[in-house]
Amino acid sequence: MTRDEITAGLAEILEEVAGVSPDDVAEGKSFTDDLDVDSLSMVEVVVAAEEKFGVKIPDNEVQNLKTVGDAVSYIAAQS
Amino acid sequence: MSRSDVVVTGLGATTPLGGDVASTWDAMLAGRSGVGPLTQEWAAQLPVRIAAQLAVDPSEVIDRVKLRRLDRSEAIAIIAARQAWEDAGLADSGVDPERLAVSVGSGIGGATTLLAQDDILEASGPRRVSPHTIPMLMPNGPAAWVGLELGAKAGVHTVASACATGAEAISLGLDIIRSGRADVVLVGGTEAVIHPLPIAGFASMRAMSTRNDEPERASRPWDSGRDGFVLGEGAGVLVLERAEHAAARGARVYARLAGAGITSDAYDIVQPHAEGEGAVRAISKAIADADIAREDIVHVNAHATSTPVGDMLEIGALRAALGDHPVLTATKSMTGHLLGAAGALESIATILSIRDGVVPPTINLDDPDADLSLDVAAHKARHMEIPAALNNAFGFGGHNVALVFTRP
Repeated sequence: MTRDEITAGLAEILEEVAGVSPDDVAEGKSFTDDLDVDSLSMVEVVVAAEEKFGVKIPDNEVQNLKTVGDAVSYIAAQS
Repeated sequence: MSRSDVVVTGLGATTPLGGDVASTWDAMLAGRSGVGPLTQEWAAQLPVRIAAQLAVDPSEVIDRVKLRRLDRSEAIAIIAARQAWEDAGLADSGVDPERLAVSVGSGIGGATTLLAQDDILEASGPRRVSPHTIPMLMPNGPAAWVGLELGAKAGVHTVASACATGAEAISLGLDIIRSGRADVVLVGGTEAVIHPLPIAGFASMRAMSTRNDEPERASRPWDSGRDGFVLGEGAGVLVLERAEHAAARGARVYARLAGAGITSDAYDIVQPHAEGEGAVRAISKAIADADIAREDIVHVNAHATSTPVGDMLEIGALRAALGDHPVLTATKSMTGHLLGAAGALESIATILSIRDGVVPPTINLDDPDADLSLDVAAHKARHMEIPAALNNAFGFGGHNVALVFTRP
């Protein structure tokens, strides 16, 4: 799966869970500062991403995923 | 020391009869029923397959993403509170947040969230349980959301007294203003538990009507053919305000909340006291608190849920506490029983009765119970002068609440 495909998949999840417009989702965007995803919604994003991409994202890893790009890198390395 | 006068300056509701107060009130005066069949697949197995569902689904008012983190009871509490807030003209009034409080309760709370998340837990495991589960099901959720939406910082309170909740929440708001802790309090109740488990539970108590083939005729308070209540869902919120505060900002005043009476039966967990003595004391206390004579109460919006025992006990209590002069109505004949929201919605109806000089009808009262010894506005709305009126609400647990509203 390419980085763009993972980003697009995350954009779908972010729209469903937090109402983020897919146009706003890019690798450089911070989940909290740019996309306004709060901590509870982030939990939902992580669980949905695990299911969508068939990966495991442990809780202690989530704090390192500040940006969409961080998440894309983590998922790409796992899958 | 003179006590603060407390007035009602805003009303909001979403009910089985309409998505706001105006449409609900119009439907009430027209004698329309909000009861219909439950067509959901899960209803087929139940002994009760009728209910009074919301006329306007919250998804038509609140956006999808926000709704994902709200229990239905929270969503409709927010909708009713926003309407009341607008109606009171508080949006741009500069009310001091630290003088703004909330008292909103629910009879059952976030039961549908609890049950839906339990289904997810069973089917998919704990990691799939929503992180919003706890704030969605916690009993204080609706009050907390209303406080959050409107910026209330003088305290957010949750009353829970089953079907007396809405009325008791109003009474608490009265106390909050009288004690000087706030100038404005959003008060009311919310309920949304149309789900197989609560229905099965009430049905197992034999408390609900099983007139499944005639939904609109199922809720029939005081009629000899009544066979239980019809479950309804909805929310009602009122803005209570210290009279001087309302006057200072030139607010429109619907009515005075002149007095409240609360008692408990200490008799049985679900059965009302056989002589209704707790209800009599609550009504008498409310009248004394309002400092009026019992003859002044010319109209009562009764609790009357359409159960065989409760309806007539209330008649006895009203006769004992008030005499035989008041004109009664049971708006549950149209709305069904909104449980924790009932006292709030019926207080709104009582207030509008005072404003408009009209008692909404009790529909389905085709063959009055032989012991119905008080005058009821049956079938058709009745126009009359209403300087003062009473609203009753009683709840499982032996809760009795009576509220007296008067012309401003």
